[in-house]
Amino acid sequence: MNDHLTIDWQPLWLSLKLASVTMLILLVIGIPLAWWLAYSRRRWKFAVEAVISLPMVLPPSVLGFYLLLAFSPGNDFGRFLDHYLDLRLVFTFPGLVLASLIYSLPFMVNPVLAGFRGLPADWKEASHTLGKSELVTLFRILLPNIRASLITGAVLSFAHTIGEFGVVMMIGGSIPGQTKVASVAIYDEVLSTNYPLANRYAIVLLVLSFLILLLVYGINHYYNKYKTLP
Amino acid sequence: MDSQRSSNTSPSAVPGNQPDQRPFLEFHAKKLLHTAQGKEWLDIRFSLEKGQTLAIYGPSGAGKTTLLRILAGLTEVSKGFIRLGDQTWLDTVGRKCQPTRHRAIGFVFQDFALFPNLTVRKQLEYALPRPTKAIPASTASTASTAFRATAEPPLIDELLSLMELEALQHHHPALLSGGQQQRVALARAIARRPSLLLLDEPLSALDDEMRNKLQEYIGKVQQRYHLTTILVSHHLPEILRLADTAITLKHGRIESQGPPATLFRANAPAPLTSTAQSPQISLCATITAIVPAGDHFIITVRYATSSFDISVTPQQAANMSIGQVVSVYIQHLEV
Repeated sequence: MNDHLTIDWQPLWLSLKLASVTMLILLVIGIPLAWWLAYSRRRWKFAVEAVISLPMVLPPSVLGFYLLLAFSPGNDFGRFLDHYLDLRLVFTFPGLVLASLIYSLPFMVNPVLAGFRGLPADWKEASHTLGKSELVTLFRILLPNIRASLITGAVLSFAHTIGEFGVVMMIGGSIPGQTKVASVAIYDEVLSTNYPLANRYAIVLLVLSFLILLLVYGINHYYNKYKTLP
Repeated sequence: MDSQRSSNTSPSAVPGNQPDQRPFLEFHAKKLLHTAQGKEWLDIRFSLEKGQTLAIYGPSGAGKTTLLRILAGLTEVSKGFIRLGDQTWLDTVGRKCQPTRHRAIGFVFQDFALFPNLTVRKQLEYALPRPTKAIPASTASTASTAFRATAEPPLIDELLSLMELEALQHHHPALLSGGQQQRVALARAIARRPSLLLLDEPLSALDDEMRNKLQEYIGKVQQRYHLTTILVSHHLPEILRLADTAITLKHGRIESQGPPATLFRANAPAPLTSTAQSPQISLCATITAIVPAGDHFIITVRYATSSFDISVTPQQAANMSIGQVVSVYIQHLEV
């Protein structure tokens, strides 16, 4: 009798999987990008910063729409991916991951960039005078001293991906087990006027989001209070 | 080959010179500075013998720190030539510029630049060159023999003991006092096994007592490792104590150079009465105490290892401070 109230955990699991994969890839992409933005002397780097931050102000549906156009097999780029790389990005999980990477990139890059910019310039210089390369300096000196920023970036990009809706709707649709993530599941239940089940999904997301933010602010509070440096 | 190519920029590199006849360090740099007074050209050339300590003195904005940064490769120049031993670090004519990490320097920054995530011991270990590739073979040949004779872990232990840091070796820098941080910064710069030690006003943040103590440490280190050192300082007693030779900078140019004792005596105001009939001896001494004594003051000044007291008027005493360098004139009186 209560079948319509039984929560299907698959969309939630899919959301977590998408967010974890996105976060891990963003760590690999975001750190070098933030490092480059912090230390490069290129005059046009502000333009790169603007492009990276674009998803923060753009309606997700706009981003999703253009990605849909680009990845669509009816298009040159989509056809190229399909024919030569056997890669179908529309209505698939890999397509969702790629879209999430673009969508959540600023949430990884901006905190890490702020972390780098907050470090005294002479730490990096001191490391070079001690004969150490950029890579050794990054891993031994810079990253350990921006741990709070790294955790913030990782958690925010994870949380932002969980909350993704517009982009997913545009490029992923609602294929169970493939692209039907939690936020889409809520939307589907609302469309079929099954409000109690929509509410269950919504509560899980609400609690999860709150716990994530609690973690971020808790970590920042801890670092500000106990790891203050002279 | 380097000397030929750069003969128009290098101060004393004459084609055909034997390498061992050249000074250990040759420096020439030209760079546009943006100072509070407007744009100004920094244009400096000097040379330095091995094992000597050169002090750079001058008002702020004169280009003292920039000079050190150019030596370290942290600041670019429009024209320049730097050679240390048999290594050319910078030659704008020959389009050669060694990156900072390939220059065997020990740089002690004004604010120490200690890494908060590493303990005292780990800071020193981080600075140790990796035996295989951190220091190219050609650099090793210019490094002091004292370093080559020492195996790595003993160098760290030796430095910790020399700087009296053994008890603090597992502490993080945030827990250390200013003077302790300064010692760590100095020890770390030396653990890197530099051929050239660069000190950027390293004692400016410290009080007089700590300053004296740390001058001792710097002296000890210089003696122990036979380091060629360049010291930026605006503190005359420090220069007189540590430097063999000094340069005063003004508006990006060398104003005067020579042994500190001569240089700073020459800069002192001329004596009022200096005639052949009453010849004078003058010396630079440091004020170590100012004590009121009735209607006058007694100042204690130190010169070399001896101290003596001089009576001065309250007006004179008002312009004096402990640590200040004063010229003391000794006049021969016919009795």
